[in-house]
Amino acid sequence: MNLYEYQGKEIFRKFQIPVPDGYVVSSPSEVKSYTSPVVVKSQVLIGGRGKSGGIKFAKDQATLGNAVKELLGSKVRGLTVSKLLIEQMLDIRKEFYLSITLNRTERKPMLIASVAGGVEIESVPETEIFRKSIDPIVGYSDFIGRQLTKFMKFDAQLAKQLRAILPKLYQVFEKYDCELVEINPLVLNGDGKLIAADSKVIIDSDSLYRHQEFPKEDPERTPLELEAQSKGYSFVELEGVIGVIANGAGLTMATLDALLLHKGKPRNFLDLGGTDSTDIVVEAFDLVLKANPKVILVNIFGGVTKCDTVAAGIVEAKKKYGIKQQLVVRLSGVRETEGREILKQNGIVAFSEMMPAVEKVVSFAGGA
Amino acid sequence: MKVIVDENSKVIVQGITGHQGMFHSGEMLKFGTKVVGGTSPGKSGQNVNGIPVFDNVSDLMHLNPDATMISVAPPFVKDAAYEALDAGIKVVYILTEHVPFHDTMEILYNARRKGAWLLGPNGPGITRPGKVKIGIMPNTIFKKGDVAVASRSGTLTYEIVNAITLDGMGESTVIGLGGDPVPGMDFIDALELFNADEDTKKIVVVGEIGGSNEERAAEYIRKNVRKKVVAYIAGRSAPPGKRMGHAGAIIERGVGTAESKIKAFEEAGVRVAEYPIDIPKMLE
Repeated sequence: MNLYEYQGKEIFRKFQIPVPDGYVVSSPSEVKSYTSPVVVKSQVLIGGRGKSGGIKFAKDQATLGNAVKELLGSKVRGLTVSKLLIEQMLDIRKEFYLSITLNRTERKPMLIASVAGGVEIESVPETEIFRKSIDPIVGYSDFIGRQLTKFMKFDAQLAKQLRAILPKLYQVFEKYDCELVEINPLVLNGDGKLIAADSKVIIDSDSLYRHQEFPKEDPERTPLELEAQSKGYSFVELEGVIGVIANGAGLTMATLDALLLHKGKPRNFLDLGGTDSTDIVVEAFDLVLKANPKVILVNIFGGVTKCDTVAAGIVEAKKKYGIKQQLVVRLSGVRETEGREILKQNGIVAFSEMMPAVEKVVSFAGGA
Repeated sequence: MKVIVDENSKVIVQGITGHQGMFHSGEMLKFGTKVVGGTSPGKSGQNVNGIPVFDNVSDLMHLNPDATMISVAPPFVKDAAYEALDAGIKVVYILTEHVPFHDTMEILYNARRKGAWLLGPNGPGITRPGKVKIGIMPNTIFKKGDVAVASRSGTLTYEIVNAITLDGMGESTVIGLGGDPVPGMDFIDALELFNADEDTKKIVVVGEIGGSNEERAAEYIRKNVRKKVVAYIAGRSAPPGKRMGHAGAIIERGVGTAESKIKAFEEAGVRVAEYPIDIPKMLE
C-alpha cells in the first residue's frame, strides 16, 4: 500500500530523518498565517505532480490562500486532491536519490543511491547508481554508508549527515514492512544540511495487520475492488466486457491471457481462491455482475474447490440475481461429472476444456 | 534419486487441527505420504486422521520427521518456521498465504544457515508421483513419469499436470514455488535439482509476471540444462501496477513483464507455450 507524502514524512520525522517544517490542510480554513516562502503540494499517489500543476509556490499570504483554493478539489492526472502539504521552501543546491527496496532477484533489501536525484531513477545512467544488497539477518551496518559516501564523492560534512540518515532509513524499511522507502530528492539545502524533500513509502499489504495505524482501505483501488477485498477476493477491474470467474491466480491470469489472444476483452480478474463453498461462488457473481459485463466466463479446474460446489453456486446465483448475460462455463478436475450434471439439469452446458469455452465466450461478446 | 524428499520422508503438519491441516493431512496419507505427527498448541493427545497431535515440534522429534508443512495464520508463520528449524527439520514448506515478505526473508536466510530447504509460502508444495506428496495438490491428476514441473502458481499447475497425464506422459517431480514476491525455493533451485535427477528427462517451467526469476532461470537453462525445457508465462494481458491475485504477480516500473520473460526463454532455446494446454504436445 502506498502512503501519501505527508504520511511518509511523519514517519521520517519520528525516526529523525530531516524533513522540511510543514503541515497538512484539507480545507482553506486550516491554512496558517504566512511567515516565510512555502511550497503547496497536492497529496496524490501519482508521480509527476509538479509537471501537472499539482505543486505551487507562495511568497505571501494572498498567493498562499489562492494556491490552496486552486489545488483543493482539483484533479492531478485524474486524481482528486483532498489534502495539501504546506512546507517551508527549500534553498536547493543539489538533489540526490536514496532508497531501500526489496531486490526480488536476491530476495534481500537493497540500498540504491545516486548523485542524480529529482528524476526517476530509471532514467539515470547505470554508472551513476550505487546498489548494495543488505543481508536481512545482519541488517544495515556503517561500512555500507562508507562505501556509499565514497561512491557519491561526498565531503566529510555531507558524508557524516548521510551516514546518520542511512541506519534510520533502514529502520523505517524494517519497522514498517516496506516494499520501498524512497527519498527523491534528498536535497542539499542552502544551509549545508541534507533534507528529505519528498517521500515515497510502500508498505507490504500483507503486513497491515501489524500496522493498525494505517487504514486498510487502499486509496488506489476502485470501490468495487475494495468491496471485493473486504470479502476476501482477489479482484481487479479491467476495461473490457467479459466478466471472469476462475480459481487460482495463475489460472485466472491464464484465462485472461487466452481471452486476449482470441481478441476478447476481460472486464475483471476474479480468483475464487481455494475455498469449497457455494456462498463464495454466489458472492463472486454478485461482484462480477456489479461490474456490468456483457458476458460471463467461469473457468474452474477443480481441486480443493470442487466442480459440483461451483456448479451449485452458479445455479443459485442465476436464480438469485436473474442473470441476463450469456454464461459460459468450463469445469474440469475434481467432481467434474457431478458438476456438469447439476448445470445440465438447469439448462447450462459446461465445457470440459478451456479453449472451446474461451472461443465461445468471445463469440458471444462480439456478437451480442 | 531424492529430490528434496522421497518415499521414506517422514512429514509433520504444524497447525494440523485447522481446516486445511485436517483436510490435507488426510489427503497426503491417501497419496501414500508418511505423515507421522502434527502440532497444535494445547491439543496434545488428540489425533487427526489417526495422526497423533503434539503441543510443540520438540515434543515429536522422537518420530524423526524430515519435513514439515506449516499451515497456521500469517502472524504465526515465522515462529512456526523457527520452531521447525530449531528442532533440526531440514525441509520447511509453508502453505499459508499473506505472510509478510519481511518475515519470509528472515525465515529464508535462517533456513540457509541451518542448511534447510524453504518451500513457499503461498504455494501448493511438492509432489513426486508414486513416492510422496507434501502440500495440497489434488491426488488424482498425477502419473509417474519423466516430466518435472516447477511453477509459481497452484491451479494452473494442476491444469498443466493434468494435461500432461491425459496425454499419456507422467511426472517425476512437481514443485509449486508459490506466488509471493519472496519465494523460499526459486526456479534455479528447482532446475538444479531437476537437471541432476536421472528420473527427469523433460522440464516444464510455469512462470508469471513480476520479478526477474524467469529471466534468471532462462540464463541458467542456457548455460547448464541439456534436457528439453518448455515454458509457460501467465499474465501477458496484465496491466502494469495491478497485482493479479498473487502478491508477486505485478509489473512494477516496467520490470517483470511477460514479454521480457518470453523473450529470455526463447533466447535460451526454450519454447514458450501460448496456451497451457499446448504444453504436452510441445514436450513430445
